[in-house]
Amino acid sequence: MWMWLLRRLGQVAPTLLILSVLIFGLQQLMPGDPALVMAGEERGDPQVLAAIRAELMLDRPLHEQYAAWLWRLVQGDLGFSWRIRQPVGQLILEKLPVTLQVGVMAFLIAVAIGVPAGVVSATRRDRPADWIANGVALAGISTPNFWLGIMMILLFSVELGWLPPSGYVPLTEDWRQSLLTTIMPAFVLGSGIAGVLMRHTRAAMLGALSQDYVRTARAKGLPERVVVSKHALRNALIPVVTLGTIELGRLLAGAVLTEQIFTIPGFGKLIVDAVFNRDYPVVQGVVVVTALIFVLLSLVADLLYMAINPRLRAA
Amino acid sequence: MSGGATVQAAPVPARARRDSPGRRALRRFLRHRLAVAGLLVVALFVLGALLAPVLAPYDPIATSWTRIRKPPSELHWFGTDENGRDVLSRVLWGARASLAAGALSVGAALLVGVPFGLLAGMAGGWTDTAISRVTDAMLSVPFLILAIALAAFLGPALENAMLAIAISATPIFVRLARGMALDAKTTEWVEAARALGNPPWRTAVVHVLPNIVPPLLVQATLAVAEAIIAEASLSFLGLGQQPPHPSWGSMLNSAQRFLGQAPWMAIYPGFAIFLVVLAFNLLGDGLRDALDPRSRGR
Repeated sequence: MWMWLLRRLGQVAPTLLILSVLIFGLQQLMPGDPALVMAGEERGDPQVLAAIRAELMLDRPLHEQYAAWLWRLVQGDLGFSWRIRQPVGQLILEKLPVTLQVGVMAFLIAVAIGVPAGVVSATRRDRPADWIANGVALAGISTPNFWLGIMMILLFSVELGWLPPSGYVPLTEDWRQSLLTTIMPAFVLGSGIAGVLMRHTRAAMLGALSQDYVRTARAKGLPERVVVSKHALRNALIPVVTLGTIELGRLLAGAVLTEQIFTIPGFGKLIVDAVFNRDYPVVQGVVVVTALIFVLLSLVADLLYMAINPRLRAA
Repeated sequence: MSGGATVQAAPVPARARRDSPGRRALRRFLRHRLAVAGLLVVALFVLGALLAPVLAPYDPIATSWTRIRKPPSELHWFGTDENGRDVLSRVLWGARASLAAGALSVGAALLVGVPFGLLAGMAGGWTDTAISRVTDAMLSVPFLILAIALAAFLGPALENAMLAIAISATPIFVRLARGMALDAKTTEWVEAARALGNPPWRTAVVHVLPNIVPPLLVQATLAVAEAIIAEASLSFLGLGQQPPHPSWGSMLNSAQRFLGQAPWMAIYPGFAIFLVVLAFNLLGDGLRDALDPRSRGR
């Protein structure tokens, strides 16, 4: 187990290193003088320009710039936003909990809809319930997050007036208001993932239901409910848990537009605002953090897979 | 058949011709009613985009101060927007940006990704390790975030958005082609081709590539759906098609400000995205069932 983890980490290290080169390379795509672009509105201030030039070591060769950038990155320094005049790392730390709250809610919604729907559709294969579940899942996957969000605001805020169309109240301030402001974005984010989870669950359940141990359980005369929930589902959930963990990372991408629509001041809104303001260090920092979270999650997914799959645990 | 002129081809029995793998796949695909419906919808959108100059009842860019935010009527089926432009005409013209972004960026991703994937799979060793690690690195940033970051650094323009989407979509094809090449490498026909002294590139192009076309086609269809959503997202954020030229994403962006007064501005462009993405997804699922017998019934 420890050997395996070490080997897995050995694989992750070069991936992260290459990733750092790619993200550093983003800077090279910028047209013109990076210092001028990065300074943005502050471009008239020679002090700011000098500070950026010094920070990015723009007078040094490219590989030295990269080495210095990477060294700061390893120490947890993600750069400085000249627009907001704050370290990027601090900005991201401030925004992440908001996204985490919406993300956890979204994931709960996705699991609550996706897994039962997958089970129902697998056990009633090729019958109306299966068609409906498949259709809804496909619709969930095909609906752009931001359009669903706009349509929900139109229905629940503009027409019915039940929910606030935008804004965010922290959980610690007023949990009731907090839930009211986050339920729509969470549903929007969760709906797409619910569709993906439903498809994974259905496929895994179909596989499990055709196994010998399910036939044995049925032959023993166990009620179908027990066969499905205890024998088939528990095994079918193994790949679903793994794939679900990866989907968790995709929440971050979904958060970008969803938070923009509902003006939720989270991680996704941060990158959008940074893009609008041409705040490049923030864009770069957000990509770094996203990639780190993603790599970490796939590591967790592998560990979970080992932990819940008894055949692998023994090995 | 490259039999040459001197060889008289024996007439193929009708039954054998009917049962060729291509025909069987076609039959399986046509049996898939939803996939055929998806194909029809895609065809309609392509026609709509191509014939936009003929079909669109109004100029998509011309503003009119007398017709601002008019609800759908006989004159304007989808209503008008905040500058008095006809929403139907803009949806039709906007299809061009979306479909072009979908087709061109996925095409570019295929053109770059497949050769690299084949190379990695066929060559193995250090080449494989290098290509695979770069692919892993790119895949560890979620598609949309990578596209947004690239587009942000490249600067706002439709071409840049397409480039950003193409780059973000490439690693999937590298990984897919590599895996398929590794599979194909162990088959007898590839072994035979190598034993006959074919150089590796010839084996890859003539013997491996044709066999991995079906899964690539399926993945490409699904990738087009994702690319269309990505283009709409980038345009929504102002990183894609620039005003006043219409794109579904940017139409939704301006629609958001008038949700209370002019909901039709948001409903139609969004529904167009939903419909075309759904159609590509149905098409992809149908192609998967038709081309890959192993996945049938899944």
